[in-house]
Formats: sequence, structure tokens, C-alpha cells
Amino acid sequence: MNYEERLENVAVLGAAGKMGSGIVLLVAAEMADLALRPENRSRKYVLHAVDVSQRALSGLMRYLREQARKSAEKRIVALRKTYADRSELVSNGEIIEAYINDVLDVVRPTTTLEAAAEASVIFEAAPESLDLKLKLLTVAGADNPREPWVFTNTSSIPIQEVDAKAKLGGRLMGFHFYNPPAVQKLVELIRGQTTRSEVAEFAETLAKKLRKTVVSSRDVAGFIGNGHFMRDSLYAISETARLGRERTFVEAVYMVNRVSQDFLVRPMGIFQLIDYVGLDVCQCILRVMDPRLPGQGLQSPLIDRLLALGVKGGQNHDGSQKDGFLSYKGGRPAGVYDPDRKSYTPLDSIQAACDAALGPLPEPALPWKAAVRHPAKDDALAGFFGKLEGLKTLGADLACRYGARSREIGLGLVSDGVAAAAEDVNTVLLTGFFHAYGPINDYFKAKVEK
Amino acid sequence: MNKLRRKVYMTAGCNTISMGSGRKEFHPKKPRPGLEDYIREAGGGTLKQLGGGKNVDEAVIGNFMAARFNNQGNLAALIPTIDETLLWKPCTRVEGACCSGALALMSGIKSVLAETAESVLCLGVEVQNTVKAVYGADILATAGWSRERKAGHAYFFPGKFSDRAGAYFAKHGRERSRKAMARWFCNAIENARLCPTAQEHQNSAKDLEALALSEPTPRSFVDHLNFYDCSKVSDGASAIAILSEEGLQRAGIPKNEAVEVVGWGQTEADLTKAPEDLTRLETTRRAVAQALESAGIKAGDLGTVESHDCFTIAGVLATEAVGLAKPGEGPDFILAGETSRSGRVPFNTTGGLIGWGHPTGATGVHQAVTLWEQLTGQAGGCQIPMTPERPYGLSINMGGDDKTVVAIVFRKG
Repeated sequence: MNYEERLENVAVLGAAGKMGSGIVLLVAAEMADLALRPENRSRKYVLHAVDVSQRALSGLMRYLREQARKSAEKRIVALRKTYADRSELVSNGEIIEAYINDVLDVVRPTTTLEAAAEASVIFEAAPESLDLKLKLLTVAGADNPREPWVFTNTSSIPIQEVDAKAKLGGRLMGFHFYNPPAVQKLVELIRGQTTRSEVAEFAETLAKKLRKTVVSSRDVAGFIGNGHFMRDSLYAISETARLGRERTFVEAVYMVNRVSQDFLVRPMGIFQLIDYVGLDVCQCILRVMDPRLPGQGLQSPLIDRLLALGVKGGQNHDGSQKDGFLSYKGGRPAGVYDPDRKSYTPLDSIQAACDAALGPLPEPALPWKAAVRHPAKDDALAGFFGKLEGLKTLGADLACRYGARSREIGLGLVSDGVAAAAEDVNTVLLTGFFHAYGPINDYFKAKVEK
Repeated sequence: MNKLRRKVYMTAGCNTISMGSGRKEFHPKKPRPGLEDYIREAGGGTLKQLGGGKNVDEAVIGNFMAARFNNQGNLAALIPTIDETLLWKPCTRVEGACCSGALALMSGIKSVLAETAESVLCLGVEVQNTVKAVYGADILATAGWSRERKAGHAYFFPGKFSDRAGAYFAKHGRERSRKAMARWFCNAIENARLCPTAQEHQNSAKDLEALALSEPTPRSFVDHLNFYDCSKVSDGASAIAILSEEGLQRAGIPKNEAVEVVGWGQTEADLTKAPEDLTRLETTRRAVAQALESAGIKAGDLGTVESHDCFTIAGVLATEAVGLAKPGEGPDFILAGETSRSGRVPFNTTGGLIGWGHPTGATGVHQAVTLWEQLTGQAGGCQIPMTPERPYGLSINMGGDDKTVVAIVFRKG
């Protein structure tokens, strides 16, 4: 079965979720492109979009329609050529409609897991729970005569463990999209010990066809992305505890969040990022990583406590941010959660005093957006961080320590063999987390050696 | 052409802002003014200078495709919304694609010449930001022959003029031509920066030439043009009054605040036939020749030109069609600075279609307003010096790919 034959029948499990819907969109578009080729006219391309909720599946179809339209609008020059032999399709509008219909025509929304049994390729995008994943993957297990290849979107659970427990015999591979899959360029590919080479080759080909940036990670819980993000988050939490000895918790969270964004030139502060991912998701990932990497303290009583208080983060259906460590107004942080008072303290009541305590940013300022667009980005960052080091302020000190710890985490991923090279860690943070620079850099090198 | 039976003047011009990307006020997702708002603003501005609708005998409006951009037909009936004094007066809507504005002017000129009106309110309007560019391209493509649409480019007219640019490069050399197109863009933006109603008025790009020389991206656009070679999508309206001497007197406007129409040419090519030579604008050449002949002047007598630079290559081709440069030498003429505002014959002194904007149906009227301002010394920050030796202004308005063309020669009244 070659690439095109294998993609004739696909299933996505957890299809209507945040990750699943993006995967359905990308794969359905790739399948539609194959279906539109003259040599594939005799084939029938089918994608079973499996999810538990009919309502969510309706939402998925709406999302697919909107996204297929956007994609068609962008690709209109090429699509006119694709549809050149359809004489009835004349205007751009008609061609765009035809393309949307051709993409939707591939997708079969269903709440029946068994529909996935006839697929040759299964993408699994269920929530980050091993038990749930194993339950779903029974459909692909040893008694499925089609022996489908399975690509799990897990961001933390070791592939070999899932393969063995689900009795997939090397038909499983980690294919970790970043959120949202349709926008994010990065894909982490993770081979288990027994993953068959043809499965890995297919994954490489597909990732390339989806125009993704591929980074291979070794099969260690958390992989590269969460391997850095979780440790980075735990460091931030430990810094708030350290600061919290002299300041309130609320002030400490605000300050560490601000330092990790403005002083470290990142797209968002660390607590905003935790909220974006969701405290519940972070807890799941830590619960996967901690027992598999014992002795590293990969747990957070604070996150557990906040979740017990109902503070979750994550996004609403319309993509807006739910309150977590921080509360949000119009997508911007507006307050910090105080677990003692069980309410959010407005930022404007603490911001001025905290900012004064942190001290000024180096001049000229280098906001993240300006940094990523800077024609001489490396020099600009070197200049900014060079000046930062010279500032003997609390903010500069926190930032330099933070940058050094982030670097240490990155180097640890390389020395532990999770990443094959420093470049892979940097690529993950640059593309998957939109950082302006990789954690393994020379900006914070001196601080570690001191 | 027969000699004009009486003198025809234009005065009291008014433009709205040319709204669209580039203007800071423009936000594609926020509600914006509609057709009637633009018509009211431009028409109202002209009426005010005329002393009100009582001094208007009839009105005509040029518009290309409101039926599809705005789901609106019967545009003549929007004219009385400008002022109730226009109620019950004869109103007409004309269409000739991007030449609709100049067709409105011709309609007004002919009414005055026919002595059926002493004063005609002329408007042009287009509101195009109602649809995304990819669908707007379908609507604009109706200015070409519908049977060519299927084989045409997604961006139909950029495709047509890209083909012209490609043919011109092949015949006369790419590098020099490309540089001239870039210079055309730079001149357009520099002029637009001086004109508060121009779409590119707030353009603050530092290195215009580098932008203009960026390589085309055929995968997402066309082979031989980049985005800077193209006029943008615009919403806007322009208005001007066309009057006899009696009409001027009635409005109390002295002749020296008006321009006189001293000649014109109007030509039509066959929509279903491809141009014989892609490197020349033959229909434009013929219209301009007629206009100059009827005015009794030569190209060398022109002090300024408003040309239809929907694309920079159309600007280059126009210098040759007017007769200011020989075929293949338009780029030299432009690169020598002759079309810039300090050159021998400044072109498009308020930015033209690329700099001021191209609300398609309004463009022909906008060109007349700019020439009226320049020739009567009312162009404010855009003013160029006019010399008594070369007192003439020429406008060229083109519909489709050099299919419907009107050229008009003006002189201060």
C-alpha cells in the first residue's frame, strides 16, 4: 500500500476537539488534493471523524467549512489550475465553493468508534489520559485484520508504552501537532522502540506534505516540547514561592509573569501560557512525566490546589481565554488569582508598585513582536540582554536567572538524549512556542558560569 | 470632430477620501459608509460650491458594478438623496467599467452642448471593500469578456496587465522597464502623500523603491507584477459640475475658477478581441490623438496629464500612447524624471490610481477634479506650477484592458 492508497481511508479519534479538529482539517485537505488528481478519480477518499459529541461534530463541520474557505481563498491561483477542466466552474467564487465541497465530501462525522475499524491510518487526538487512549485504540488492536497505522497526538505519554499496552506491534508512532494544528508549523515525531520503519517513513512524508517543520524527539515522557515547558513552568512557580517570602503571592505571580514576557522577550508570560494550555492539561502532563522520570520533582502542589479550587484556564469555544492563574479582559491579563481569598486581584491595584520594584527594561525596549521581525534579530537580542545584565535591578536579576535556567533545561534535554542536538530544542521553542530565540543561546551563558 | 457649438466648463470639484487599506481609518471588519454616503458627500460638496441644487438642471452618475459590490442598481435614484432640490430632475447612470466616470463626464458635456442643460452635476462612485479581493477580482473581471474568464487568471486584470508587462519586457528589456515601473510607483506615493484625500496619504514607507522592486510571486499572484505595481481596492466618490457660460453665471462662478473643455476623444475597442500588440495601448492612443486634434494642440503642449495607471505598466504605456515618448522609450522618459511632479509633464499629481486610489466608477471624475484644481491654482499642497506656454491638462480614463477610453483636454477658463 503506497502513500496515496494508505490515505484513502483515515480515521481521527477525538476529531471535534481542539487538536482533533485541526488534524481533520489538515488531513482532509491533503486527501481532497489527492482525490482531485486525475489519476485518483477511481478512488474514494474517506475520513471518519469520530467524537463522542454530536454537538461538537456539528461545530467541527462548521469549522472545516470556514477553514476550507480561507485556505481556498489563499490558494486560488493554484486551484484555478486544479479545476481547469471543469468548464462549469468559471469564477473564483465558484471554484472556492467547489473546493469547500470537495474537502467536506471526504469527511464522515460519526459518534461510532467502530467506524474507525476500516481505516488504514488512525490519528488519535483524545485528551491526555493513557486509559482513555488505550480504550480508543482497541479499535486498532491486534484483532483488527487491516492492521492500521496509528499516529497519536500525545504530548507526553511514551509511545512504546502505548504500543505495548494497546498491542499494536510497532504500528504506533507519536505525531505531535502543536496548537492550533492548522496554524502551528511544528510537528514532533516520536518513534517508539518497535515502531516499524514504514510507519515512520509515512509520517515523515505526510508531515512534509502538510508543510510542517519536523523535529524528532526520543521517546521520553514529555518529549522535547513539554520537557522544556513543564520544567520552565515549575521553575517559574518555584520563583514565585521564593519571591513570595517577601511579597504576596499575587505580586509574585504578576512579577514572574511580566519578567518572563517583557524582560525575556517572549510572546506571553509563563502564567499566561500555562492558562492558554490549561492548568488541567498541565496537571495531566505532569502526572504522566513524574512517575516515569522519578526524582526530578515534576509535580506542582500549587497547580493541584488551584484546580481543586476550580481554577482551570484553557479556552472557550470561541477561542477566548478562560481565567486561570490570571483573569482576562479582551484577551489581556486583568488580574491575578489569590487562592487565599479565592478571587482575582485586579492588576491595576498592584502593577505600579511591582513594576517599580522590578525596575526599568533596558533601552531601547525590544518587545517580542519587534524582535521576531527585526532584520538583525540576533544582534538586537544580544544588545538587549547585554544591557539587561548590566542593570542591577530585581527584574534584571530574575530575568537572567530565568534565562539561565531555561538554557539549563534545554541543555539537559540534549544531554539526556531526548533531543538529538541543541538545534532541535531551539527549533521546538522557536516554532512551537513562537519564541524569538532558542533557550540554548549565548545570551545567558555567563550567568550560569558565574 | 465637429467644432463645439458652445463653450463647456467644469468647476466645483469635490472628492471624498479614497478609503481602503493604507488609510488608518480603514478596518476591514468594522462597518463603513455605503454608496449613498459617498454620493452624498461628494455631490453635496459640489452643490455647495454651486449655490445649491437650484443651479443644477440634470445629473449623471458613473458607476461600474454596484449591482454586485453593493447589491444596488438604479443608482440614478440615489442622486436625489444628495439634496431635495434635485428631486424630479433628470438623472442618468452610465457604465463603462473603470471608464464609467469619464462616460458620466461625456454625458454631461453632451447635454450642455445639446443645450438641453446649462448645468450638469456629474458624479462617479464605487464602494468595493464590501468583498474580499479574491471575490472582487470576479466582479472586476466583468470589465473583460465573460468568455475569457475561465481561461483567465484568478486575479483577472492583474493577469492581463502582467501579460502586457511580460510582452513589454521581452520586446524592450526587463531591467529598465522594471525600474521605470518602480519609479512610477515612487512618484505616485510621493504625490499621494501631499493629498489629504489620497488612499496613500499616510504612507510612511521609507524605501519605496525597494518595495517597488520586490520580485513578483507567481504562485500566489501574477508573473510580472508585484502588489506595488497595482492600484488598490478603494471606496470613494468624486463630483464636478459641467456648465455652459450661462450656467457659470447662474451659479455666480467666475470663469477663472473653472476649466474649459477644449477637446476630447472617445474610442471603443471590440471586447471580444485580444489586443493586436500587448506592448501598446492602441485604444488609448486613438482617444488621445482625437482629443489633441480636436483641441488643436500637440502632445508637447501638455502641462500635466492624469493617466489611467491601474498598474504601473499602464503608466509606462500611457507615456507612449500620449506621444510623449516613442514606443519602447516610455521607461527612459519616466526614469529621466519627466513625469514626476518636478518634471516636464507631471503625471497624476494627486497620486493617480496607484497613489490616490481607484474607486473604479469614480476615477474619471476624480481625474477631472485634479486637473480643475491644478489648472485653477486650487490644488493646495499638491499644486504644480503651470506655465502659459503649456497651459493644457489631459485626462485619460480607461475601461477594461484598453477597451473603452475617454481622453479630455482642459485649459483654465
